[in-house]
Amino acid sequence: MKVSVPLENKSLESPVCQSFGRTPLFALVDTESCAVEYLDNSAAASQGGAGIKAAQMIVDSSAKVVITYRLGQNAADVLNAANIEVYKAQDGTVIENIEKWKEGKLSLLDDIHPGFHNYGGM
Amino acid sequence: MRIAVLSGKGGTGKTFVSVNLACAAYKAVYVDCDVEEPNGHLFLKPCITKKEQVKVKVPEVDMSKCTGCRICVDFCKYNALAYINNKLMVFNEICHSCNGCIYLCPEKALKAKERAIGEIEEGISENVTVFTGRLNTGEVSGIPIIKGLIEKLSDEDTVIIDCPPGSACVVMESIRKADYCILVAEPTLFGAHNLSMVYDLVKLFDKPFGVVLNKCMDGENPSEQFCIENKINILSKIPYDEEIGRLNSEGTIVVRADERYHQIFSKILEVIS
Repeated sequence: MKVSVPLENKSLESPVCQSFGRTPLFALVDTESCAVEYLDNSAAASQGGAGIKAAQMIVDSSAKVVITYRLGQNAADVLNAANIEVYKAQDGTVIENIEKWKEGKLSLLDDIHPGFHNYGGM
Repeated sequence: MRIAVLSGKGGTGKTFVSVNLACAAYKAVYVDCDVEEPNGHLFLKPCITKKEQVKVKVPEVDMSKCTGCRICVDFCKYNALAYINNKLMVFNEICHSCNGCIYLCPEKALKAKERAIGEIEEGISENVTVFTGRLNTGEVSGIPIIKGLIEKLSDEDTVIIDCPPGSACVVMESIRKADYCILVAEPTLFGAHNLSMVYDLVKLFDKPFGVVLNKCMDGENPSEQFCIENKINILSKIPYDEEIGRLNSEGTIVVRADERYHQIFSKILEVIS
């Protein structure tokens, strides 16, 4: 199964990015084969709707799980429509979060924020 | 003449200056472009003569025609569209109504649908015609309402445009057709900083402008300092006066209640025109 996590640098040892829509990168980790891929987030510089575009990319990457600190309403709508499960990240690195998720220690993200719409997250 | 009243932050006295200028004129049109929280009507208490909805066009998809080519999704600079599980999702609130997606769809699967985002109210308050724009709660952009308000203005009247606070897109739209800009500033460091932001904006738009220093007290006035340093025309210095505060809190228009203030605001109009 593919798990996607927003992160700052191309290393699973780097921390989970605080933002979903405007993260510079996503890690895409196949939990069976352990293959790791990094996706450039082209939505990061969007004028608006970054969460929607980033979520579209995650859907297209065929990830089934997302681990993130936060998620806006629009991005949540896109991920929900694709039946992607979203888990709340905990402080630590990406790999630590993926391990915790495997052990069932992460909870589903339920505090969806209304978004930072308009003019690129004012 | 169209006079826009703006400031870098809320609470400096934009509405106070706008409403009083309109009332000090022989005859004027007051336009409330602060569509997220219009409050000029609280003072002017206009008798409403007309109300109309402001509508924007958003795309509606016919999924029986959509082939999932995603041309629309890739085109939209605001990312108002997503294609998920063989379905096109439209995020109406994010759409800027450019209609590009409808135009580009090779299957003609998209068509325009009207959506109300707010309203424009017209009314009369003695010598002042009052236009109030109001954005519905939850909507993202008030620009279409401001455009609708500005379209209604004739060239002959004395028009006072009460702008939203700040220096973002909504303010730019509000001052675009103005002949003169009045910047209202408070006597604080924060006030001077915000003044510098709208100062940059009116220079960028190449508008004639002047500053009204509001709530002036004895001692240092960083906003006045800023005006002197940048050789900005100071139109008026309105004193900090508890009587103004009291009248304002009661929803009274000071130029209609106090001759001294009528003179102050008449003089501003004279200087500008």
